Amino acid sequence: MTEQKEHKHEPNFLEYQGKHRGLMGWLTSTDHKRIGLMYFYAMMTFFLSGVIMGLLMKFELISPGQQIMGAQTYNGLFTVHGLTMIFLFVIPGVAAVFGNLFLPIMIGAKDVSFPRLNLFSWYLYILGAIIVITSQFMGSGPPDTGWTFYAPYSLKTNTNVVAAVTGAFILGFSSILTGLNFLVTMHRLRAPGMGWMRMPIFCWTLYGTGWIQLLATPVVGITFLMVIAERTLGIGFFDPALGGDPILYQHLFWIYSHPAVYIMILPAMGVITEIMVTFSRKTVFGYSAMLVSSMAIAFVGYFVWGHHMFTSGMSSTARWVFSFITFLVAIPSAIKVFNWTATLYKGSINLQTPFFWALGFIFVFMIGGFSGLVLGSLATDIHVHDTAFVVAHFHYIVFGGTGFAFFAALHYWYPKIYGKVYNGKIANIGLVIFFIGFNLLYFPMFYLGMVGMPRRYYDYLPQFTTPNIISTVGSWIMVTGLLIVIINLLKARKGSGKEINDPWDGKTLEWTIASPPILENFEEIPVVDHEAYDYK
Amino acid sequence: MENTTTHHADLHRDDTAAKIGMWLFIFTEILLFGGMFIVYSVYRFRNPVAFHLAHEELSIPIGLLNTVILLVSSATVAISISAIQKSDKKVALISLMITLLLALTFLVNKYFEWGAKFEHGMYPGSELMKNLGHGDMLFFSLYFFMTGLHAVHIIVGMVLLSVSLYKVNNGAINSGRYALLENSGLYWHLVDLIWIFLFPLFYLIH
Repeated sequence: MTEQKEHKHEPNFLEYQGKHRGLMGWLTSTDHKRIGLMYFYAMMTFFLSGVIMGLLMKFELISPGQQIMGAQTYNGLFTVHGLTMIFLFVIPGVAAVFGNLFLPIMIGAKDVSFPRLNLFSWYLYILGAIIVITSQFMGSGPPDTGWTFYAPYSLKTNTNVVAAVTGAFILGFSSILTGLNFLVTMHRLRAPGMGWMRMPIFCWTLYGTGWIQLLATPVVGITFLMVIAERTLGIGFFDPALGGDPILYQHLFWIYSHPAVYIMILPAMGVITEIMVTFSRKTVFGYSAMLVSSMAIAFVGYFVWGHHMFTSGMSSTARWVFSFITFLVAIPSAIKVFNWTATLYKGSINLQTPFFWALGFIFVFMIGGFSGLVLGSLATDIHVHDTAFVVAHFHYIVFGGTGFAFFAALHYWYPKIYGKVYNGKIANIGLVIFFIGFNLLYFPMFYLGMVGMPRRYYDYLPQFTTPNIISTVGSWIMVTGLLIVIINLLKARKGSGKEINDPWDGKTLEWTIASPPILENFEEIPVVDHEAYDYK
Repeated sequence: MENTTTHHADLHRDDTAAKIGMWLFIFTEILLFGGMFIVYSVYRFRNPVAFHLAHEELSIPIGLLNTVILLVSSATVAISISAIQKSDKKVALISLMITLLLALTFLVNKYFEWGAKFEHGMYPGSELMKNLGHGDMLFFSLYFFMTGLHAVHIIVGMVLLSVSLYKVNNGAINSGRYALLENSGLYWHLVDLIWIFLFPLFYLIH
């Protein structure tokens, strides 16, 4: 803390002027922190537009019959909502924003191993995003296939599928390069004394994520190329009329897209671990169990893709094997939840906003996880397959999991990124409203799915009305909470703030440096002589 | 502050990192083609007779020639790396040029091979292809798609090798710094390796 004064002489990463000034200084910057923030701003834009699409769909569902849009518009909206949220927000999500911002700092490095490649990844991300977004407005209308692009419909529909798939392919490439960069960084740039077993858990989860990005993304890449070839050249890979096999498409798609769920959730789990530790002021319960379970989730996650296809036509042997392996993934996930709660035990708990977000995460993640078991089990899955139950489940995991962790991370590292402190009280109020709205929005969908309301229709039978009204009202409450949270952070950004380097008494390396950090993070590369979470 | 936005990137040099990065990228390439190989195996398993009959349309001599060309080019790129490690710039340059020449020959062969098919009206989306049986059509679709994707990789490899050639020539790649050449070589071996699998799968099946 005594060195705080010295840092003042050096401009931080938000201020410094390089060869280019202003906006160009950002767009040409290879500084990992600036790239992380550029991801953040782009992602928030996409996220909010996805939220608006969600709101519109929920409004359509407020009562039976047509309200504000017809079937085709609704089909386009749920596809675009899915594409935006999945490919532009949750898959890059925590890793691209907070991984870029903090991975190098947490292992005591000046930057990632390939800073220019890192910037290139960001441009690929933006390029892919632009193509995905223009696919909504250009050509023959937004794709209406759902984000999964299932064959043979994706081959037959006249909407703009090729552009959307091309965009997704480029986004995948960006994701691969980010993962590659992080892996090499962790292998090569750990500070002296920062052994593998001293890395914060967040870094470990990014390590697992990096491997999934590398080894799963190419499979969906080639699948998308085949869809493009099939649509443009008339090659019959997946079209049964030409001898192709649509089920094969589903296999190839889920070989990537199930592990992709772990790309979304693993870094989120890492963030939650960091927060649980810092706000319990106590080292993590079971460090090695935490990292082994992260790697186990990454590994086992490869072999469960079949559970998306229980009703698609697979042998019964394949089905029970996939079902069994799916249940195995629950074990490392449960280990994490137990370890988080065990970390609290006898901790000196500091009740602050990031901690509340983390608790919220654990609550919704558990609901999402348990409902996942219902879907992983063969008999029950056949009952609720393709119903609102599935929608509720994956929103609890993807939005409730990754989304909560994203905002937890934002509140946790906000003072470090901007050197400003936000109003904790308003942040908490926003969180509570968001949390209530979230559960009102998605919980009724479990019930609706159980009683048979299918997903992806703009209309429904009259007996489903009441839960749908609750759900729609929930969506308004949730967005109110979200707005409070965002405005509160925006206000803090403009406010004067305090000079504060370690507001939460964190022990990982990012809390030892100035807020905001200087250009190359450390004046001198630190020598690490203690474990990851060194609480006395 | 004279901090420029890129200088810290240039200051840091880590050849091992570059090599690890290339290996990881090669894993992704293998999985990219892995997806294709899965599709190939599924359809061949379902249409064994059609695949067998269709493969007889491909010319084994041309395929064999291209295999030999790529194997030799892998050797020459390896020679250029050994040469640059021993500061033998001349040998490095010549062997790189031979590599590029062989790569070009491969593409020329491919051009004639594909061209002959096209002349017979055999290309994706053509009337002839549409009238084929499902098995034959899948075989030729996969043939064009996989060898086409491979040809794209040949071109990428040639770009990498050309940049290396340029840099060897102006001394930017030398016995103390040859990570780029080594990585281009690794990539080239990968392109070669994929062909080693494509050749028997399309030309030699029984």
